[in-house]
Amino acid sequence: MKLDVLYFAWLRERIGCARETVETEAGTVMALVEELRAREERYALAFSDLSALRVAIDQDLRDFDAPLTDAREVAFFPPMTGG
Amino acid sequence: MTRITIRVEQAPFDFGAECARFAEGGADTGAVVTFCGIVRDDTGTLESMEIEHYPGMTERALTKIAEEAARRWSLSEVLILHRYGPLRPGERIMMVATASAHRAEAFASADFLMDYLKSRAPFWKKETTRAGSDWVAAKASDEAALARW
Repeated sequence: MKLDVLYFAWLRERIGCARETVETEAGTVMALVEELRAREERYALAFSDLSALRVAIDQDLRDFDAPLTDAREVAFFPPMTGG
Repeated sequence: MTRITIRVEQAPFDFGAECARFAEGGADTGAVVTFCGIVRDDTGTLESMEIEHYPGMTERALTKIAEEAARRWSLSEVLILHRYGPLRPGERIMMVATASAHRAEAFASADFLMDYLKSRAPFWKKETTRAGSDWVAAKASDEAALARW
């Protein structure tokens, strides 16, 4: 399946891109993270500490063990600092 | 039925005008509470603050937070306005306003909106000082604040 993967804030800066399309068969967010980590050093570094990251599937906050069934857009970002 | 307005915009807003317009003419409104967040410069070295957000999810998350407030309290109107882009010290970042029949519900719901907006709406702040730029880290106390609701 094709997924739009988005990165925000320092994660976007470390990976060096804001959005990319990924061809993957990952069944969960965690499996997708493992695929990204295996790609290149900059991904491995950016995803080294998942406790410092949050994930949204199709614009809803989810956990890293969430399934990617029917997902179109997955976004990774640091904890939010609004207000 | 609560009237909910969510605005995510780059341009500055007129806080006084927004307050004056909010809940105007609502016969069931007896209390309005407003809050405005401003770019603070604790050390006197802040040059600018850049606010990044996730277009689409931001509006969706803010709507959900406002709807949750409307479920918990009897509110006639809710406004959440949040800016993004580059801001300078002293500039207004965001505001919330709540309207209810009585003050207790208006105060409590405004407090709730702020707690949730801080750690559940996809905004990130990057501060630039003379020494360089860095992302503002989320505070454990902001996450802990959600437990009281």
